[in-house]
Parts: sequence; C-alpha cells; structure tokens
Amino acid sequence: MNLLVNGEPRQVREGSTVRDLLQELKVTAERVAVEVNAEVVRKARHAEHRLNEGDKVEVVTFVGGG
Amino acid sequence: MQDTPLTIAGRTFHSRLIIGTGKYPSFEVMKRCHEASGAEMVTVAVRRLDLTAKGEASMMHWIDTKRMTLLPNTAGCYNAEDAVRTCRLAEELGMSKWVKLEVLGDEKTLYPDVEETVKAARILVKEGFTVLPYTSDDPITARKLEDAGCAAVMPLAAPIGSGLGIRNPHNLRLIREVIKVPMIVDAGVGTASDAAIALELGCDALLMNTAIAGAKDPVLMASAMKKAVEAGREAFLAGRIPRKAYASASSPITGLVGE
Repeated sequence: MNLLVNGEPRQVREGSTVRDLLQELKVTAERVAVEVNAEVVRKARHAEHRLNEGDKVEVVTFVGGG
Repeated sequence: MQDTPLTIAGRTFHSRLIIGTGKYPSFEVMKRCHEASGAEMVTVAVRRLDLTAKGEASMMHWIDTKRMTLLPNTAGCYNAEDAVRTCRLAEELGMSKWVKLEVLGDEKTLYPDVEETVKAARILVKEGFTVLPYTSDDPITARKLEDAGCAAVMPLAAPIGSGLGIRNPHNLRLIREVIKVPMIVDAGVGTASDAAIALELGCDALLMNTAIAGAKDPVLMASAMKKAVEAGREAFLAGRIPRKAYASASSPITGLVGE
C-alpha cells in the first residue's frame, strides 16, 4: 500500500495503522503529532486508525522558532 | 508603586518578556538564554519531523517546561486554513490550546496578512484556542482581533528579524488605547533600548527571538533584555516628565555665591 509520508512516497503493508507506521519509522508517539489527509489523529487513536492507499500522512514535531 | 503581574487569558506571568527558540548557536546556549532572560513563555514552531535523521536530539529536552508556558506558532503559514491546521497539530503535540497565530502575506517582508489572520482567529477562538495573534501596527485590525476573542494582540515593532526597533511608536500607543486585552510587541526589536521604549510606551509585554539569538553574546543580550523590559515597565509606571523646548534648571537659581 502506497502512502505519502511528509511529502515522500512510502510503502507499508495492507491494513497498517498509524501506530504501525510510527513503529516502522522508529518514532515515539509522544514527541510527534500525526495528521492523515489534513485531519489530526489523536495519540489515543493511533492503534485503531487504519491507513488507506494514497493517504497523505504528516508527522510533525516542535522545532525552534520565534 | 507595586506593579500588577501580566495576565493573559487568566494566566499570570511575572516576566513581561517572551522569547523564541529559533536561530541560537546551540540548544545549550538557548537554554542559558532562557534562564538569563527570566522569561516564562517561549515560542516554538511546528514542522515535519526529519524522518532520515537518526537519534537526533530533541529541542524539547532543552526547554524547562515546568517553568515555561509553550507558545507554538504558525510561522510559515500564508493562509488561514494552514494556520488553523498547524494550531490543531500544535495542540496535539503540546497538549495545550495556547497558540501564536501568524499568517504571513509576503516572503520578503514577512508582513502579516491581516485579513487571513482575523479569519483564522475567529475559527480558532470558536475551537477553544487561546489565540495570541501577530499583526501589523494598525489599530483597526487590533480591534478586530480583540473582537474576534483573541487573548492578546501582538503588533510588530518592525519586520521580523530586522532589528530596526520601534518604527511607529504612535501607532503602538494608539493600539494600547483602543484595546483592552494585553498588547505584546512582537518582532523587530534590535537591542535593549528598543525593548525599554516598547515598555515605556505602555506595551504590556515583548516577544523577541533574533535580537537575542543573533547577538554576538546571546546570553548577555538575554540578560540585557530582561533588565530593559523591567526598566521600561518601571519608567512607564513612574510616568515620564513632559518634553520641553527649553532648559529648566535642576539646581536653585537663587543664593549663588557673589550675588
């Protein structure tokens, strides 16, 4: 299944959830926020939110800024 | 005279200086600047996580979140929709609904797009966010932002990162007159005297990043800014003397020897 993660194409297996994706990316959920198709997916729902072919996923964090 | 602490949306701050987390030579210097500035609120930005970086140090380890209120910004957004989206992500990240709304209109000037800013502010207030919007030094827009339910209004002193200082003190004074919520001057300060002037004009607080982070000695500048903000506030409360065209002697003009 093909996704667009932070603007880059990425393949994950069918039926993957947001939690599966983060594990694959070796990212701890605590330090990121995740958006699928421009909607925030709350941490509590990472394990149940299934991804679909063509989903646009954004994984963001806090960085320095003014 | 005892000053009353700065209160924004019911939260009390003893420091009137808010500082950024960008452009420091290192996270360690940033942390020391935060300490030297006495600030109790710091801005952060929301960006895509670099998925190629391995074991990258997180900036958040260098921010004392027990002492600091985090104020995520929407820097880099050029329309209301992106700004609202960024705020929702910031809430999920920081578990707080406080945001610095910044909708820019132009890459060269980084001037705010006030129309989109007001539009985003209305949506965010409706969603329960505590909105602190960066805006131009236009009193009419300031009033619209207050009417939209913003917790403060943050006019610029000069373009972001320019260090040009307070370009239009008259407008800042006008804004202070027309709004009831705190006025926080955001952007454009270059050095300590600029900070003092902002507070002397009656600004309730000051937000800066580059003036500290870009100084030759950022930690020393953070300390200078702390003092300037305190001095400016005290001078404002003390009430300055009126400006006069001619001299007025400080010493008695009678009783001189040899009279």
